[in-house]
This record gives sequence, structure tokens and C-alpha cells, in this order.
Amino acid sequence: MRVALTNAPFEPGALVTAFCAGRQETGAVATFVGLARAEAGAAAALELEAYPGFTERAIGEIVDQAVSRFGLQDVRVTHRVGRVEPGEAIVFVATAAAHRREAFEACDFLMDYLKSRAPFWKKEHGPEGARWIEPTDRDRTDAERWD
Amino acid sequence: MARVLLFGRLADQAGWRDREVAAADLASLRRALAIEDPALAEALTAPGVQVAVDKTLVRGEAVLGERAEVAFLPPMSGG
Repeated sequence: MRVALTNAPFEPGALVTAFCAGRQETGAVATFVGLARAEAGAAAALELEAYPGFTERAIGEIVDQAVSRFGLQDVRVTHRVGRVEPGEAIVFVATAAAHRREAFEACDFLMDYLKSRAPFWKKEHGPEGARWIEPTDRDRTDAERWD
Repeated sequence: MARVLLFGRLADQAGWRDREVAAADLASLRRALAIEDPALAEALTAPGVQVAVDKTLVRGEAVLGERAEVAFLPPMSGG
């Protein structure tokens, strides 16, 4: 399965090992791991909500785009949902290609999409209560680089 | 009966996230919700709120099947 949502913390190293295993024609694997920031105490935890079925399908469509645009051999996206504590991994992206440039660029492309347009709803719990978070201007302009 | 799902701040506002509503199309579903909670019905029409029927985004009106799933999606946060 290329796209997975999980309620439980995951260990990024184990995902890299599994993704790299048994490859004969892959010259490059690029990975990205996003971690939850504490924001100097302002963010006690993040709560991520997805729409099961819909969210995986929407991410899967972008994965398909990345595969054809960058000529990827394989992709893996693992994303946390539910409550995420500072320091825990939120997202893992791995791309496999014959050569490094395609792997790097596809990883960057996928993360820009995931940060700005993927169907998640994110709430930050802090000392002053909870607030819903929307993409920043930077997230939007990063994603527009690929349009 | 349609199954109605709310996400993000819409669920917080409504105080529920999953319920059944008798409606044959989206317009009658919105009317049924407005009778109980006019503020919610208004929030569901706000700019940026998208509607999915059976996990596919729809624009404007839609006919609802017997077991339709209707989701109201506020602006997405990204991951």
C-alpha cells in the first residue's frame, strides 16, 4: 500500500529499511520525515483529523501524479492521525527512482502538496486552549512552485 | 437516510460529527439541518466549505441515494 494513515506512533528508520529492501534497479531513495514541533511550549500537542477513505484517495491521486511526472519506481506515504506529541513523527515520505534528482524532486513535490492541500484538519492544543490551523502563505507559495 | 459527517471546526461548532438525516437531496438536507441549528446551516455554506457525497466532491446540488454519505469539509489544513 502506497498511502497509509496511522493512529499509532511510527519509527521512521524501520520504514526506510522496509522501503529500501529488495531493490535491484533503484539507484536512489529520498526520504522526508516531518516531526511535531513544541513551539517553545505553545504547542502541547497536535490533533490531526482525516476523512478515512477520502484522505487516502486524495493523497493517492497526487502520488500517481508524482509517479508519472518524475518517473518514480515506488512511493510510500505514511501519515499520523489523532493526537501527536512534540518530537513524534507526523509524516514519512519515501520515493524510489533510478537516479537521485527525480527522487529528491518528487519527495519535495509530495511534501508541498501534503502541507498545503491534503485533506487533514489540524488542531493545536496549547496553554491558551485549542485552535484550528490552516496552511500558511509559505505553504501555499511552496505548493505553487509545481503548478 | 443520509449519513452526515462533519470535520474540523464544523464538528466543534455543531457538537456532533456523525448523524443520520432523512433527505433525498442536498438542498433538503441543508433545510433539515437549518431547522435545528441555523448557525450550523449557515456555516456549511461558507466560502471554502466543500461537500463530498459518497467520498466524491460535488458542486452545487446533488441527489442522495438511500444510504448516501454526505461530508462537509472545512478548509483543509494540510498535514
